[in-house]
Amino acid sequence: MIAFENVTKLYGTNVGIENISVRIEKGDFVFLVGPSGAGKSTFIKLILKEIDADEGSITVNGQEVTTMSNRKIPKLRRSIGIVFQDFRLLPKKTVYENVAFAMEILHASQRAIRRQVPQALSLVGISSKANKYPNELSAGEQQRVAIARAIINNPTVLIADEPTGNLDPDTAWDIMQLLEQINRRGTTIVMVTHAKDIVDRMGKRVIAIEHGKIVRDDRGGAYGPYDEPATLENIFGEEETAEDDN
Amino acid sequence: MIIRSFCTSIKQAFRQIFRNRAMTFASLFSITAMLLILGLFFILVVNVNVVTESAKQQFDTIQVYLLDETTQEQAEEIAGRLKQNGNVKSVEYLTKEQALEEYKVKWGDKAYLLEGLPENPLPNSLRIKVSNLEDADKVVEKVKTFSGIEDVKYYQTTVDKLLSITNFIQWGALIIIIFLVVISVVVVSNTIKLTVLAREREISIMKYVGATNWFIRGPFLAEGMLIGFLSAAVSVGLISLIYYKVTETLGQEAFLMFSTALVDEKFLIWNLIWIFVALGVCIGAFGSILSMRRFLDT
Repeated sequence: MIAFENVTKLYGTNVGIENISVRIEKGDFVFLVGPSGAGKSTFIKLILKEIDADEGSITVNGQEVTTMSNRKIPKLRRSIGIVFQDFRLLPKKTVYENVAFAMEILHASQRAIRRQVPQALSLVGISSKANKYPNELSAGEQQRVAIARAIINNPTVLIADEPTGNLDPDTAWDIMQLLEQINRRGTTIVMVTHAKDIVDRMGKRVIAIEHGKIVRDDRGGAYGPYDEPATLENIFGEEETAEDDN
Repeated sequence: MIIRSFCTSIKQAFRQIFRNRAMTFASLFSITAMLLILGLFFILVVNVNVVTESAKQQFDTIQVYLLDETTQEQAEEIAGRLKQNGNVKSVEYLTKEQALEEYKVKWGDKAYLLEGLPENPLPNSLRIKVSNLEDADKVVEKVKTFSGIEDVKYYQTTVDKLLSITNFIQWGALIIIIFLVVISVVVVSNTIKLTVLAREREISIMKYVGATNWFIRGPFLAEGMLIGFLSAAVSVGLISLIYYKVTETLGQEAFLMFSTALVDEKFLIWNLIWIFVALGVCIGAFGSILSMRRFLDT
């Protein structure tokens, strides 16, 4: 469960996020959409406590993040699985070791690691590549490894920052099905994306952020009126919605 | 749990050291060089200390050379009067034969040089030990008032000079040692910083997955400590070799010059091993922690 209450984050005079309040319940599957620079990354970074909010309160799994000491950040991040657009696998470790690493930092026993890592690899359908290094895998396969690593410690929340951004449409769709499967096991998923077709086809909750504000929050929503990169119509559309918001 | 992550760290450190052979060699070489210089200074200081101590013991006595016509009874009377002085610890009467014997013992296998003397050139003497070196002046003044005395010798100025020289050497060595330690830390920290830089992305990934700073630091720390340990081993080996050669070739001359033996190499090396291992490991550990600060604080 993630809850933002009147959260504001400024970068100097630039607005990152302005007075956002939102609740993401356990088991939700949420798409976070919006143009570049709208505040999506800020939103994610605040959840991970990569940056601190200027105002408001953020709770993740019942823990207040804003007042949390830096010492507890590792613990917070272990309760959240993260998947990135660029996979961020450890290049000098094999697929197996990459996933095992997420367990090693929890000081899991070798026995538990030997039991759980193959399970996770098989869940994401990458068992046959266990002993390969990341650079020997295709982009889609690397993202599967990243997902296996993200879920190995059974996080309650999985954050995916444009997980399909580097993938071709077919592979992207495979990854989405994998995420949906993980979501069905009860894991909350927050996914930042620019992929209109994916959002429309999945029909999940969509939170649209523009200029640091939530402009739309629909269940079973569509991607919205804008495309990347921005066009004149988009900018006009954004101004309109901004007025609506006021 | 702690043991497990410790083992993981050591394992990774070995792997890391092997992967970065060139860099490891560079820092190993630098630290070894530092420790080598440091060790030589250390040996110098230890030997200077020994020489000073033995010199002090030699020089805290006042030699009172007696005229040949002074009889033993007269001498013992002087001795008895001196003993009443509070500054005098002990007074000993030495015949010229005893004095010669002493020289023979002291010169050891060079004693044959004394055999060639036509007659014993040494006078009878009184040997006064003072309880406090600073009060030696007063005792000397007192002794000079007695009759039957040829000469009074004591080495206040020599001792003072010796002390100030050794003081200078000790302080100088200490400053140089501190300086070298600091340089070593910087060298290690720079070496490890390079490997940290090369793995900056890896570290950021580890942080995203939720690794604690100590978990990330572990392998680097072990790496630094291992480099320090290896440097210590190499430098102790080299120093033993050097010192062994020095004592072998210079030992006799040093003995004659300072009339005391150089410090036994086994004793010195065994002490050096502990100091160097501790120092090397600390330098390595401190260097690696220093080098990672920037990457972990954010």
